[in-house]
Amino acid sequence: MENYLTLFETYDVPAAFWANIQLTFWAAIWATLLGTLLALFRISPIASLQFVGAAYVNIFRNTPLTIIIAFGVLGLFGQLQVSLTEDFNLNFFRLAILGLSLYHAAFVCEAIRSGVNTVPLGQAEAARAIGLSFLPAARLVILPQAFRGAVAPLGNVLIALIKNSTVAAAGSVAIEASSLMKTMIEFRGDLVIPIFLTFALGFVIIVIPVGLLTTWASRKLAVAR
Amino acid sequence: MSVQQVLFDAPGPKARRNILLGNILGVALILALVAYVIFLLGGKGQLAPDKWAPFLESRTWEFFILPGLLNTLKAAAIAVVTSILFGLIFGMGRLSSFLPIRAVAGVIVEFLRAIPVLLMMIFLWLGFGRIDAVDDPAFVAVVVALTLYNGSVIAELIRSGVQGLPRGQREAGMAIGMTPVQSLRSIEIPQALIAMLPALVSQFVVILKDSALGYIIGYSELLQSARRLGVGEGNLLQALLISAVIFILINFAVSSLAARLSTLLSFRTKGRAGTTKQDGVVAMDAAST
Repeated sequence: MENYLTLFETYDVPAAFWANIQLTFWAAIWATLLGTLLALFRISPIASLQFVGAAYVNIFRNTPLTIIIAFGVLGLFGQLQVSLTEDFNLNFFRLAILGLSLYHAAFVCEAIRSGVNTVPLGQAEAARAIGLSFLPAARLVILPQAFRGAVAPLGNVLIALIKNSTVAAAGSVAIEASSLMKTMIEFRGDLVIPIFLTFALGFVIIVIPVGLLTTWASRKLAVAR
Repeated sequence: MSVQQVLFDAPGPKARRNILLGNILGVALILALVAYVIFLLGGKGQLAPDKWAPFLESRTWEFFILPGLLNTLKAAAIAVVTSILFGLIFGMGRLSSFLPIRAVAGVIVEFLRAIPVLLMMIFLWLGFGRIDAVDDPAFVAVVVALTLYNGSVIAELIRSGVQGLPRGQREAGMAIGMTPVQSLRSIEIPQALIAMLPALVSQFVVILKDSALGYIIGYSELLQSARRLGVGEGNLLQALLISAVIFILINFAVSSLAARLSTLLSFRTKGRAGTTKQDGVVAMDAAST
């Protein structure tokens, strides 16, 4: 037991989880923005934009996240010298956020589209009947209801994003939880199982409230029909 | 009725003009983006023929890409079979009428679904390596981690599939004298499996994508082989792109199969084919790596 407690003195476990939370936070914001734009493209009357949206979703949804993140550090940084900041480590962190955002934007787009499907036909017809064209109808009538209907699938994307933030390890982000766990197990092989359970429990503690919260919010925000 | 037809009227002359204008802008946007990427790649010398030439040589495919792909497919195929078995066992456990079994299965499934696959993979890899129990700890870690996570998702799929069946199915089983377990095994689960087949096939895409996590623990799957090739030939960017294209093609084929199954099978079952909504939470968690 004492052995176990010394772990926390040597290694900063909360800091590792904080890194994952930061990755999740920024990636969630960018993925939501890009995903909403893509969803708008996909439901718009303009064929070329529909094509862009569909192509983006099909490409990014079918690529392993590991490749996207590895591409960020090996391809963008290593080969193309793309740099998002002067600071070496912060650059990897931002590239990981970029990869996470690009990947999850495809799922946000699909979640919002499934939300649009929950809006009854009559809403769009009523919007047109009072003279709203596509963009005002989307902004004032369709999307507000679609977002409410999309809370549950968006919550699932958020949960997946929290767990997937560990894949930043493939992008040379050494401060996040799975990398720290690897280091700890390598140095303290006598405590393999307690170390794993500590990190697993950390994720359970983060993920389960988010799940409960989104389930609650999806009921609370559901449009009564 | 598809979304597209709902959101806007049949366009009149003015709207047609606007749509045409939007299309021209959209195409210009795409072309500008493509041109920018080509310009960027060309400027860094990434379009040089010698960077791409290795992919025309048979030894590139023979020694790097195909062995990598084979390892990816091997891990994914074994994980598909074992996670279906895991899912069936724990799915039945969660539907058991005996409370302790239901509770234990529920806790295990929820726990495994809440922790990142990568965390499990690293733990199993270092753990197996330490106790020296298996020949290839990385491979076993990939397969076992994929099984535990996706098996739990499949267990949830089976549970929601069974709960989506009309109650009469179970009642009919009881009426002809079956025990609850018999009715579950020979009446409900076979129908739930058909209803859930599209979601199950979509889960195979998740398994295939997640197998690429093996890259992080040094399992020589497709991404790892592509990296080795790229470092050796000095064409890392190209090698990563080719491996991504291979993944996309395979996954796209499997996703299309799932979509086709969903339309085909909706006539075959009383359950709700394709949809897996349970209490407002979609059981299928496709966003996982």
